[in-house]
Amino acid sequence: MVPIQSYLALSAILFVIGAAGVLARRNAIIVFMSIELMLNSVNLTLVAFSAHLGNATGQMLVFFVMTVAAAEAAVGLAIVIALFRRKKTVNLDEINILKW
Amino acid sequence: MTLESILFYSLSAVAIASALLLVTRRSPVISALYLIVNFFCLAGLYLTLHAQFIAVIQIIVYAGAIMVLFVFVIMLLNLGDERKLSEAMSYKKIVAVGLAAGLLTEFIYVIETSWIVLPASTINRGMEIGTVEYIGGQLFTSYLFPFEVTSLVLLVAIVGAIVLAKRKF
Repeated sequence: MVPIQSYLALSAILFVIGAAGVLARRNAIIVFMSIELMLNSVNLTLVAFSAHLGNATGQMLVFFVMTVAAAEAAVGLAIVIALFRRKKTVNLDEINILKW
Repeated sequence: MTLESILFYSLSAVAIASALLLVTRRSPVISALYLIVNFFCLAGLYLTLHAQFIAVIQIIVYAGAIMVLFVFVIMLLNLGDERKLSEAMSYKKIVAVGLAAGLLTEFIYVIETSWIVLPASTINRGMEIGTVEYIGGQLFTSYLFPFEVTSLVLLVAIVGAIVLAKRKF
């Protein structure tokens, strides 16, 4: 039996790697993939607690998180396509029209 | 070592390695492939936690649908000049890695020290709650309203994606 702390530590490591990717990378698509990684690590936490407590609520929340992640990926990638059409780049440092 | 812990440690090693490769590789296509490897490892970890339904939709929705979307967009944009943009600004990368290391230290500290011992379930329902039957039953009784709202979220996402990607502005 693997203790729940191991699962929590693993998901913390994956979350931190995703956060580092969001902060360090400048390619919008790789930043999106890092966000997906972070969402997945939180899902792992929820499933681990669900198994630990014998309660299915965590798995329900994972289901809804996956739905929202699918919607987020579709809209986010559409935004990337629209930005690429306008600026001809996916470099996040050059996309600064909301910054005066 | 039991079979469960062997599975856990090997899957988590592959998951961490693929996550590290995902954020360090230069080409978005290679990053996407490593993300798919990571999703499969997480599906295996869900299986070790007896969450069969979540493991299956992890593969179908994430590795199937979302990653196809990512690869399709990478193909559509045909990126070429990634090489010179990722080399610049090394001080930002150092700051990012430092912040991430601080965050990891906090997480590990919280998990190790101020761990509130939650009572594990006395009755072993692990095998039962992860099945499609149980999740479906819960989804269409207790969680019916959130489930219906989910369809609205997906509809809004479809309309938003089409409007954003279609119009020239």
